[in-house]
Amino acid sequence: MAWDRNQMAARAAKELRDGYYVNLGIGIPTLVANCVPPGMTVTLQSENGMLGIGPFPYEDEVDPDLINAGKQTVSELPQTSFFDSATSFAMIRGGHIDLAVLGGMEVSEKGDLANWMVPGKMIKGMGGAMDLVAGVKKIIVVMEHVSKGGGAKFIPECTLPLTGRNVVDMIITDLAVFQRPDHDSPFKLIELAPGVTKEEVRGKTTANYVE
Amino acid sequence: MAQKIYPDAKAALDGLLFDGMTIACGGFGLCGIPERLIDALVESGVRDLTVASNNCGIDNVALGKLLRTRQIKKMISSYVGENKEFERQFLAGEVEVEFTPQGTLAERMRAGGAGIPGFYTKTGVGTQVAEGKETKDFDGQTYVLERGIHADISIIKGWKADETGNLMFRKTARNFNQPAATCGKVCIAEVEEIVPVGSLDPDCIHLPSIFVNRLIDGSPYEKQIEFRTVREREAA
Repeated sequence: MAWDRNQMAARAAKELRDGYYVNLGIGIPTLVANCVPPGMTVTLQSENGMLGIGPFPYEDEVDPDLINAGKQTVSELPQTSFFDSATSFAMIRGGHIDLAVLGGMEVSEKGDLANWMVPGKMIKGMGGAMDLVAGVKKIIVVMEHVSKGGGAKFIPECTLPLTGRNVVDMIITDLAVFQRPDHDSPFKLIELAPGVTKEEVRGKTTANYVE
Repeated sequence: MAQKIYPDAKAALDGLLFDGMTIACGGFGLCGIPERLIDALVESGVRDLTVASNNCGIDNVALGKLLRTRQIKKMISSYVGENKEFERQFLAGEVEVEFTPQGTLAERMRAGGAGIPGFYTKTGVGTQVAEGKETKDFDGQTYVLERGIHADISIIKGWKADETGNLMFRKTARNFNQPAATCGKVCIAEVEEIVPVGSLDPDCIHLPSIFVNRLIDGSPYEKQIEFRTVREREAA
């Protein structure tokens, strides 16, 4: 049976390490925050200028000046710090963030990521995604294995405008996990969701990868 | 001493506005938005604006107001979602967008304000953001040249300022306000409170007064929230 959104987030959380500074994208990646193992210290960075993101606030603590990069109200922690956007991206671009978990529309077998634009349809913009994939030490993409129309999303070459070229280290879908040790190596299928077969994954993937 | 405090947003913008000008604007989403100054820009009728701002507000809120009145010609932004009027105008070719990665936008403002005309970054290399731009290899990695932004004016929102313009922000409302403030020829700041000189700790000033040319007390503010997310208190 395929993983649901929370299970995909829980799988991504297995990549967390004690002491990591982590940036989580919008959607399923945000759920990773709920899966930090007890006893492990992970500090979440939000690109709008906050290090040390707390949980959603209680109703009487909601503060319009305290939001995350998804523009949701959040709370602060005793160790929280605030800073401006240029400093925030010095952290990101400068390689100070250990891990980013992002959503994806397409990932190519060479590790290219497309997640910001569908020409003529979706014109929202890349936000901080291009900076994150350029600067963060490890990039995990969490996405459904196939599109709503049933088409493969892990493919030989991206068809949508790129967010970054050769930037993805790990792909977690509802069916499987792919990983590569470095940016010169091919992706390897390292894990299957319960009840999912290698053949099913192969049938729903057009990218080349190692089994 | 030169007087920086103005009675209201309209007065603070007096003599600075012209059609076709470039404006750097602080804020992230609806957080830390110079709303009084945006309202005054709407009222002024100034047109064909190029606005460097991370977002363009939402429908008829914040910069969305200037969009509705068709005063914006071009946005330099990283994210313009949650804004149907923007989408409509963009798809109809009525407004231009220079999509700029968020970190590149912040650094372009910072660089413009710091006297740095351009800088190399690896953000966007190999994507359409880098098309037509100069690239250069450093230590085996390719970087793209991005230009600093120089705006005619900067409009920002702060929390507290003293009478000379030393300014503090509050929590995540700092965001683009700090870099945006530095890259305009004239920076106009609106704050929630103007306090006497000496009442802010000099070690805690986020934006030194040299970057603030004109100042207004824009209170009271009814700050809007884009996505209100809360948790339940567990029963005792």
